[in-house]
This record gives sequence, structure tokens and C-alpha cells, in this order.
Amino acid sequence: MNEAKCEVLLAELAHARAGDKGDILNIGVFVFDPADFDWLSRELSEERLRRHFAHRRPTRIERYPMPTLGGINLVLHGVLEGGVNASAGLDRHGKTLSYHLLSMRLPAPLPR
Amino acid sequence: MSALDKAYIGYGAGFAGDRPEAAVSLARDLAARRGRRYLIFELLAERTLAEAQLRRRSDPEQGYASRLFRFIEPVLGICLAAGIPIITNGGAANPVAAAKELRRILDARGGQEARIACVLGDDLLDAWHAGLVSARARFPQLDGEVISCNVYSGAESVTQALQEGADVVICGRTADPSLAVGALCHAFRWHADDCARIAVATVAGHLLECCTQVSGGYFADPGRKDVPDPAHPGCPIAEVDAQGGLVITKTAGSGGIVDRRTVKEQLLYEMHDPHAYLTPDVVLDIGCVRLTSLGPDRVGIEGVAGRPRPASLKGIIGIGGRWFGEAEISYAGPGAVERAALAREILLERASELQAGLVPRIDLLGVAGVFNDDRGEWLRHCLARSSTVDDVRLRLAIVDADRQLIEWLLDEVEALYTNGPAGGGGVRRSLVPALRTESFTLPREDLAMSLAWH
Repeated sequence: MNEAKCEVLLAELAHARAGDKGDILNIGVFVFDPADFDWLSRELSEERLRRHFAHRRPTRIERYPMPTLGGINLVLHGVLEGGVNASAGLDRHGKTLSYHLLSMRLPAPLPR
Repeated sequence: MSALDKAYIGYGAGFAGDRPEAAVSLARDLAARRGRRYLIFELLAERTLAEAQLRRRSDPEQGYASRLFRFIEPVLGICLAAGIPIITNGGAANPVAAAKELRRILDARGGQEARIACVLGDDLLDAWHAGLVSARARFPQLDGEVISCNVYSGAESVTQALQEGADVVICGRTADPSLAVGALCHAFRWHADDCARIAVATVAGHLLECCTQVSGGYFADPGRKDVPDPAHPGCPIAEVDAQGGLVITKTAGSGGIVDRRTVKEQLLYEMHDPHAYLTPDVVLDIGCVRLTSLGPDRVGIEGVAGRPRPASLKGIIGIGGRWFGEAEISYAGPGAVERAALAREILLERASELQAGLVPRIDLLGVAGVFNDDRGEWLRHCLARSSTVDDVRLRLAIVDADRQLIEWLLDEVEALYTNGPAGGGGVRRSLVPALRTESFTLPREDLAMSLAWH
């Protein structure tokens, strides 16, 4: 197995939806296969999230694992540049940022 | 348990720009069911109320959701004939004017009988201007003109209106899920302090409040998440029983899909701590929620819990006094990215000459658009990578109180036609008022809600 194959695009294993309240973004992210939940919990770390969203300067990141849903609720504070009523950005809700999350490359799960 | 022991909640709209015709199929589906049925139109968002107050200011007969009757009129006959109450927060800044307009519409249809209730009391704008808002309210520092001031009110007024025989309940800033909670408390005579059942009702309202977002809308991702008949997603329906059993389904014969994936995505939508989701009616805890597939387009929901509702209510203030300006120009073909990047450099230099330290936001759509940030860090990251993009749109945007300054900046984008890099074209510009919002809190007992009948 070469180096590139040891990584996986998050979108291949999980789906996500973003929501906004003021300057706070939340993203619910869920694995397609429940067997991947432990992998998601382990690899989608606060540190990796902080690096991936660094250009949006999160002031705080919260992770709420939801084992019964096979997902995690991610809450990223301060990343919406003021939020829907203050941002100069094109997507002022941050709705598209669910796919910024899904563009993450994570170490692939071990073959089962 | 027979169908008569059940209640059915359908949401026919999840925002003011939703599709009106989907609700007609929903109303027909509900009319064919036995048991308590309710049709709800959710039409407000954080900023909508401030916009509605501005419309009311220029015309006292306006200020309700501008498309309200495009939703209500097509279902009115079906709902009144079948005894299905219509509940909406589309009264927005002027529920009374909406009720008067509805009365005119009913009269024009031959004087059809209907009891119309307005839920009033959430709008504190007049009290704000008169300095009469409770001294116990906690406001943030505010600069700019206050345009709207509303409190997210709970389910009780909706329940009361239905108990007193309302066929149509027109609310202002009643919280989105509270519309469903109000209906279910009416259907089953649940009490406001019955946390377990109010939690179930709140989950039902939360899942349905964005309408088709739980039934296949905002979901399709070809090859990963496919949606049947994606051009016609059906409005969702919550089937609820008196014990608190909850099933989410959708309009019979419609497109779209309800499965565990669509329900999961919507369950966490706009939620922060899943163990403590604050609403006016309950503190919801979905930490142990379980979803069960019960067949095609049917998902059962169990394991939700609730704690007593918060002592304070949340309010929202709309503030004016700022402007939002945008201008765009395109570059395409060989060297498109380099020419667009040069145009950006030129604009940044011209902006700093207009006003020292002025740095407008600049995106290069096709390279870094919606993922970009105000400082352009993401854009620089993307420009450093090799790219095959050859059709780029530069977008300059700014929010500021100085309208003239924004005009000058937008002029600078237009001036790129003759002064900028080669081959720029397709300039568009816009300048609109920017409405900000701030939230505040108010002790629950300091909000006086009332009903008005029309």
C-alpha cells in the first residue's frame, strides 16, 4: 500500500450538514457505516479541526460525540466572520462549510 | 391504538422563500387521515423580522411575511373543510394586518366561516422606543438604529388559541418548534410542565421546522446520497401518539426521502449542546436518541428527554445603519487566474489610497469563493497550488456604515473595465442596507402574551 492510499477523503465515509446561529457554526457529521464511528471519533480531533479551519480563526471548538447517531456534533465559534447579518462573505450562513469539513483527508480506517 | 388516538403535524414551509405548491399535496394527505391534524407554515429567520418591520414602517397594513398568502390561500379550502387548523409565524411584524387580509380573502370567497387568532406580545419595538422594556432584560451594547425587537415566545399561546377554536393561528416571533408543541399540547392536552412529552413535541417541531430539509431536500449528493424525484421533495409529517411515540414521514406520493440519514442531519441542524438545547418550552436532551427505520420513508424516534424550560426567554434585536456593497468582474481563458489575482492587487492598493487601512474582502470565485475568509488567507493558500481553472470571477464585498466609501470602492471594480488587467468583463454591483442582529434575554414572567380574534 503506498502513502496516498493510507489517507481517505472524509466525504467517502461520512455525510454532514451545517447550521448557523449568529457567529457560531455547527456541523453534524455522520459515518455511513456505523462500524466507522470509533474511527471518526478518534481521527476527527479538535487539533485537526483547528488546523483545517485555521483561516476562519475559531475562538472555540466543541465536539459532542453522538454514539447512537454514529456522528459528532461540531460547534465552531467565531468562524462566520460576524454571521449571516454581518459577514461580507458570499455564503454568509456558512452552509457550504459542511463540505469544507468533508474535504478533510484523514488516516484511513484499518481494513476489517 | 387507532388512528384517532394520533395527531399529525405537517409543515408546509420551512422558510419565506419555500415552494408554496408542495403544501397543497400535504393538505390533501392530512385531510385523508383521521385524528387531529395541523398544517404549519414556518416563515421567519433571524433577519426576516427586521425586514418586516421596515415594510410595516412604510405601510401600516404590511409587515407580515410578504408571501404569506401564496402559502395559505391554496390550502385554505381544504383545511377549513377538513377541520385542519393552519398555524404560522408568518404574521412576522404585523399579525393583525395579516388577519385582516385573511378576512378580506375569506369574504371574497363568499364569506367563508373561520376563526382567526393573532398571537401578540412578542413584539417589543414600541416598548423599546418608549423605554418600557423590563429593567430586568439583559441587552448587549448596541450601536445603530434599533429596527426590530422581539422575544422568542413559546407554545402556550398557540395551544390557547386552538383550545378557543381557532381555525387559523397567526403568530409573530413564536419559536419555530413551538408551533408544533402548541399543536400537540392542544391535541393531547399535554401540560407545559410535562417535560418528557414536551421534549417529544419539540423534537417533532425541530425536525419539521425546515420542512423538506428532513425529507430529502438539502441532502442529495450524487453517488453518495441519492434522492428519488429530487425536483419534487414532499413536505414532512410527524405522526405522534398520546404516549409520546413519534414517527417522521412525508406526503403520500411525493418525491424526496425520509430515512435515518435525513433525520440525523436535521436532528443536529443549528444545534449546539445536544444535551441542552434551549427552547422557550423545554431544555431538550437528545444525547440518547434512537432512530429506527420503520419502512419506506418512515423513521421512528425514541429516547429524547427534557428538563424544565429556561427561566429566561431569548430575544432578538434588528439593527440598521450599515450598508452591504458587492461588485464582481470576470476573467477567463489563458492566464485567467493570474489576471484576476492582479486585479485583486490593484483593488487592494486603490482601497488603501481611498482610506488608510481599508482592506475590503476579495474572493476569486472558481479559486477561493465560499471557503475564503476576510483576510484572503484561504485564497493565498489556493493560489499557491497548481490549478487548471480558467474562468474566474473576482468579487469585492464590504459591510460598513459609510455608504459613500462603499460607492467609491464599487466604482473601483467598475473602473477595471478600462484600467485593469486585460479581458475583464461582466461587472455587476449592488448596494443594499445591512441589517444586523443581536440577542438579549428577558425573564419569562416579564413577557405578556395575548390573543386577538378577527
